[in-house]
Amino acid sequence: MNLLVAQAQQIEAPEIHYGAIAPVLIVLGAACISVLLEALLPKHQRWAVQLVLSLLTLVGATGALILYAVSERPEQGVATLAGTVAVDSPSLFLWATLLVLAFGSVLLIADRSVEPGGAFVAQAAIRPGTIQDRAQATKTGMQTEVFPLTLFALGGMMTFVASNDLLTMFIALEVMSLPLYLLCGLARRRRLLSQEAAVKYFLLGAFASAFFLYGVALLYGYAGSVKLSSIAAAAAGTDRSDTLLFAGFGLLVVGLLFKAAVGPFHAWTPDVYQGAPTPVTAFMAACTKVAAFGGILRVITVAFENTQWEWRGVLYGVAVVSMVIGAVLGLTQTDVKRMIAYSSVAHAGFLLIGSIALVPDGEGVSATMFYLLAYGFTTIAAFGIVSLVRNSDGEATHLSQWAGLAKRSPIVAGVFTFLLLALAGIPLTSGFIGKFVVFSAAIEAGLTPLVVIALVASAVAAFFYLRVIVLMYFSDPAPDGPTVSVPGAFTTIAITLGAVVTLVLGLWPTFVLDWAGTGTFLS
Amino acid sequence: MSWVLIALLVVPLVGALVVAFLRKDDKKAKLVALAFSLVELVLAVLLWTAYDPGGSRLQLETKVDWIPAFGVQLAFGIDGIALVMIAVIALLIPLVIGAGWTEKLPAGRSQGGYLALILVQESVTVAVFAATDVFLFYVLFEVMLIPMYFLIGGYGGARRQYAAVKFFLYSFLGGLIMLASAIGAYAMASDELGKGTFDWATLVTVVRDADPTTQTWLFLGFFLAFAIKAPLVPFHTWLPDAAAEAPIGVTVIVVGILDKVGTFGMLRYLLPMFPEASKNLAPYILVLAVAGVLYGSLLATGQRDMKRFLAYVSIAHFGFIALGIFAFTSQAGVGSVSYMLNHSISTGMLILVIGMVIARGGSSQISDYGGMSKVAPLLAGMLLISGLTTLSLPGTNSFVSEFLVLIGSFPTQPVATILATVGMVLAALYVLWLYQRMMTGPLRGDALVAAAAGPGAVGDPEKKTAIGDLTKREIAVLAPLVVIVLALGFYPQPVLDVITPTVGATLTEVGVTDPVSVQEGK
Repeated sequence: MNLLVAQAQQIEAPEIHYGAIAPVLIVLGAACISVLLEALLPKHQRWAVQLVLSLLTLVGATGALILYAVSERPEQGVATLAGTVAVDSPSLFLWATLLVLAFGSVLLIADRSVEPGGAFVAQAAIRPGTIQDRAQATKTGMQTEVFPLTLFALGGMMTFVASNDLLTMFIALEVMSLPLYLLCGLARRRRLLSQEAAVKYFLLGAFASAFFLYGVALLYGYAGSVKLSSIAAAAAGTDRSDTLLFAGFGLLVVGLLFKAAVGPFHAWTPDVYQGAPTPVTAFMAACTKVAAFGGILRVITVAFENTQWEWRGVLYGVAVVSMVIGAVLGLTQTDVKRMIAYSSVAHAGFLLIGSIALVPDGEGVSATMFYLLAYGFTTIAAFGIVSLVRNSDGEATHLSQWAGLAKRSPIVAGVFTFLLLALAGIPLTSGFIGKFVVFSAAIEAGLTPLVVIALVASAVAAFFYLRVIVLMYFSDPAPDGPTVSVPGAFTTIAITLGAVVTLVLGLWPTFVLDWAGTGTFLS
Repeated sequence: MSWVLIALLVVPLVGALVVAFLRKDDKKAKLVALAFSLVELVLAVLLWTAYDPGGSRLQLETKVDWIPAFGVQLAFGIDGIALVMIAVIALLIPLVIGAGWTEKLPAGRSQGGYLALILVQESVTVAVFAATDVFLFYVLFEVMLIPMYFLIGGYGGARRQYAAVKFFLYSFLGGLIMLASAIGAYAMASDELGKGTFDWATLVTVVRDADPTTQTWLFLGFFLAFAIKAPLVPFHTWLPDAAAEAPIGVTVIVVGILDKVGTFGMLRYLLPMFPEASKNLAPYILVLAVAGVLYGSLLATGQRDMKRFLAYVSIAHFGFIALGIFAFTSQAGVGSVSYMLNHSISTGMLILVIGMVIARGGSSQISDYGGMSKVAPLLAGMLLISGLTTLSLPGTNSFVSEFLVLIGSFPTQPVATILATVGMVLAALYVLWLYQRMMTGPLRGDALVAAAAGPGAVGDPEKKTAIGDLTKREIAVLAPLVVIVLALGFYPQPVLDVITPTVGATLTEVGVTDPVSVQEGK
């Protein structure tokens, strides 16, 4: 007994910079409170309380972040919790991005004006196609667990982009993934499709996690540590087995690329994007992308920069495959959500180009982070619009149903056109500036052929965005076509936020570019 | 006086905004749009007087920081070539609006929307010619596509969707490849100067000394964009579709103005920035140019649709322009630039006249017309005048430029010049044959006879008809063009005076001097 006490005294409690990790603590703490509220509050009060709590949490966390960033942030960043979490300028940028994007997503999730009762199922346990299921579709209640799940996922994402060792990263990966699997299965309409999406995402995600973990194990075998900086140190000039290092790196990266929906690890993306409730799709498309690429950037830059000449060719190939798959398969899609899913695969390829453009001054990192921010806002607004176009069965996502939309709803069609042009990377939108910074970093890093392929892929992808514009403007509307719901305040705010940011960053990107380029990863 | 240039950019935008709010009232929209386009014309005249041909390379410059992180500026300024192009835009837009005064738009479309897009197009196109920052030029080069995409796709003919998307994708792809080259040039500048910049004048000094391989790659990126835009064979296939499907006024803008961005880009960007690559690759480009002249002329001869005919005529003319640019003599260069101007005027006039024919017959098939001079002698006369200036008859404006191109190219590129001269003969063939089929002989053709006979009437084609001759409005649209065609045909000096110093400066930047025979000829 005494021995145990003596040993316990030897273990020093790690120093914790509460100020630095306050945003994560706030989000995760609020998620726990939110679960309690779910258990304690009567049903009719939950929605309002949960919504207010979630929004306050996001605002509070953003406030804490700003407070920390302007007052006590050290230039180089700080590693806390025994070096497992690194709060440096990329972490802060990505956290802020995640928080603001999550704000938009929560607004979409909370909307109950477009679909009476909200986009989420009233009772998730009901079997699809039964009488009860048809009854629940018209009820006004919804599973308010959506809110704590979203907050947990967000907390996981924030930890993921800041984790400084691979085990923390794995835990964060699970914390962000598990709620997402559940959220995918909660659509009020088309329950079967939604549940299929959830199962697919879960199974494939579990495989990807296993790959990730196997990679971590091999890297531990190689370096004797799971710390990113120790792996970098071990890889610099030793005669250890390269097999372990690169097998470990390969498996690790597969897990990360899966989360980021980079082709050829994208197979889940179209099904899940299509089946999940649209607000959740928006949340996944924007925030998961940010988190996954944040993790990829940190792993590549901190742990594997020295060995880049060995692995660069592989990721080069992956980027090409991803862009080609996204652009070419996107051409054949007939469903708006699947089309945006393939577009996200193409965008993941562009982002990967930025991630492997390791130029000394960190331009690749800041370019990729800017791209993530720009892409996130555009995507949230785009999915917000998708949720508005409806017929009696719910959302009308088949492209043919969008014909002639501009005649009936010029504003919705106009905003969607603008967002599509941003996704295509037309100048005066944030999408163009994002592509521009990523490609210039890549050219500086000597990836010119890759950039040329990317440009051709952009042109191909532009075709399917244009096809939607053609449909909306130049085709005659079908007589029994969908109507455009008048969005309530929440959806309107989310769409406006996304569209305005897309425009502003297209015209005056300097502020965000400077901010993204303020510092590099803590190593 | 640099405010004039800024005003030229802003006035059409303001006009577009105002017109867009008049979608309910077509008549008011037309009047307001015409007023704004006339103000623009006045401003263009002011710009012409403010420009000093003997002055510095770029004049009336305005620069404001836009994205300091990349050294991107909102920088505008003009040289002689840009001035001429801006002037011709300002001249053509009011005529386009006037010519389309009574045109019927597709159901559910308002004049307000159409004219607003035209004015936006005018502003962006002026800005493309005035941009002196390479990044800004790229941005405008792509943004220029958007109003045109909606103009073709929203107001065009039966296959308008196909034509609009094809037009957009071709130009967009070219633009993206150009962007890669522009970034490459930027990266070189940031290596060499320590700080990246897109300023045209600075980039020229950095990039012109790059090693030949790099220069060739960067050159090809820009060249592809301009070759698609101009268009040179074999990058031309979007033009016949776009020209055929667009409403007639928009065809004037596509063929008469937008295409010039391609050749303008060659003069402003390719030659000064990549002199070595320009010289090394010139033989290949000349092959494309001559191929364009012959191919365009032959296909123009064989067209059955008048609008597609116009597109192929333009492809032939762009072959001449490219020949003059890459022959590297001052005469040929001046010839090319004046050709850019005169092509806008001549082809613009030809398109407007053909639009008036189509407005009467309701068809763009040549075989649907015949003997029109009997019922519309003035219209026939106008078609003849515009046709003759298109085939470069001496005494018309195009003759001066075509002759300068050929005589200037011969000393350095005799073979290409001789082959291109065949194009002049073919031009006579396609123009006169078109005139003969449509205007002479007995009145014939389904559309015409039906229209001539009036509703419900059957038969007598010689009867006095429902097809009228030119109206006062149409005469007012065409008269200024006739005057300019003849004036510049006999006295081209004012234009040549503006162009010559800029062309000279461009050739100095390339580092070529005229061969002895040309110098003696002066």
